[in-house]
Amino acid sequence: MTTESMSMSSVARCYALEAGYQLLSLARMPAFALPTILFPAMFYVFFGLMFGGGSSRVNVPTYMMVTFSTFGVIAPALFGFGVSVAGERGLGWLRLKRASPMPPGAYLAAKTVTAMASALAVVLILFTLGAYFGNVTMPDGSWLLLAVTLIAGSLPFCALGLAIGLNIGTQAAPAVVNLIYMPLAFLSGLWVPLYLFPDWIQHLAPALPPYHLARLALHAAGQAPEVNWPVNLAALGGFTLLFALIARRGWRRMKEA
Amino acid sequence: MSAAELVKASKRYGKITALDDVDLTVERGEVLALLGPNGAGKTTTVQLLMGLIRPEAGRARLLGHDPRSLAARRRCGAMLQVSGVPATLRVAEHLKLFASYYPQPLNVREAIRAAGLDGLEARPVLKLSGGQRQRLMFALALIGDPELLFLDEPTVGLDVTARRRFWQVIRRLAGEGRTILLTTHYLEEADALADRIVVLNRGSIVAQGSPSEIKSRTANRRVRCRTRVPTDTVARWEQVQRVRVDAASLEILTAEAEAVVRRLLDADPQLSGLEVAGAGLEEAFLDLTENDGREAA
Repeated sequence: MTTESMSMSSVARCYALEAGYQLLSLARMPAFALPTILFPAMFYVFFGLMFGGGSSRVNVPTYMMVTFSTFGVIAPALFGFGVSVAGERGLGWLRLKRASPMPPGAYLAAKTVTAMASALAVVLILFTLGAYFGNVTMPDGSWLLLAVTLIAGSLPFCALGLAIGLNIGTQAAPAVVNLIYMPLAFLSGLWVPLYLFPDWIQHLAPALPPYHLARLALHAAGQAPEVNWPVNLAALGGFTLLFALIARRGWRRMKEA
Repeated sequence: MSAAELVKASKRYGKITALDDVDLTVERGEVLALLGPNGAGKTTTVQLLMGLIRPEAGRARLLGHDPRSLAARRRCGAMLQVSGVPATLRVAEHLKLFASYYPQPLNVREAIRAAGLDGLEARPVLKLSGGQRQRLMFALALIGDPELLFLDEPTVGLDVTARRRFWQVIRRLAGEGRTILLTTHYLEEADALADRIVVLNRGSIVAQGSPSEIKSRTANRRVRCRTRVPTDTVARWEQVQRVRVDAASLEILTAEAEAVVRRLLDADPQLSGLEVAGAGLEEAFLDLTENDGREAA
């Protein structure tokens, strides 16, 4: 009973089980997972494919596939962390886990893997729609780079969701997530291209994390050659760090009320 | 070395003092019951000892370590108050997951048997009854094969049969040499399980000792009868500590039962159903936790 250390393999087992059960939970709750996966696809069909054409400035089906994919990968991160962490905190379940010797990293990794699995589903569906119904064509390498950018790019939003889930009242957290998701996406140009917005919104957009992910993703898809991607990458890194620090503060001060 | 201790620990939530300068030592191998009404500071005590919250003043030690250390947590199990269990997993899945946190856990089957969950391994949590969910919480506390068990209100919501069965399991675990700290507001429970009782009220320890010592702290007796004497009148008699009315009966708590009975019979010769009994732990407890000894209910 007094063994002080656990072998690497048992730590790995703990991470694997935590992630496996988290994914299993998601699969057992299709009512929770499906809307977040299907909404971006639906919006893309309406706005990107049915309304397509028109603009000479960009290739609309491609541009919109990228921005609605960005919109889509943010949701599972924001909701998966913000809503589910707040929910588990509200039950007192997170306190029980904290009282146990669970490595906090296993819990975070499990939620991240789950958010990214949903992000992957979003990306695959939108890519399929774009390629078959929008005649989107790109070199294989660009498809891959775009997918990796989008999925890895959900990380700052995992951190934002976690910061909300750990700091805001457990009843209020889901509402806050819902309240910020749509405006963040809209004002970052994920629904309507940013160049169609008034100047002041265009100037505001760089203060919002989704803007930077969209820039990176558009660049990966060859839709924004002017993008200076290291700046956007650094901005996302900065946001991730900031949100993670806020989340850590919440974790330490957690009173579970 | 003690199993767990608080030294001059205080904890405030805003203006409310949840725990005020409390010294508490849990000795190895003992079953210690923290007894007190809601808001007495029982849960705060458990959370401080487990390192879930930090004291504003004083310190907490757990098995010789900082309570937040992995070394301490790996040797403890906890049943805390939760308002729900994530419903998407099955009983055995929850147990397998928690088992993976510990270096030398029990196997899932042992924990299932110890907690009386046989046959429910594959049941989704969503379909568990309240009592079954409580047993799952208990199995999760046991799964790490802990030296020290924290049980925060472990039998709240259980029916009498389930509670008695739970007590048997606790006694067996104590018999195996495990240290157990339980909180309860069931006085009967503390009496039935604990080697030592610590009574908390409003953030302070108001009494501690063996169950019989706690009971002997008050020499009260309980007088019951059916009478037409108004309750308010009886409550004002100087020998009377407390009066309670239930159904048709009047219940009087007093240190001088003979004098009270004499006054009652003088005031109401038609008095009926007279009963005089030694006060139980419950009355002792109320005496210890009530600042003003008189209360008309």
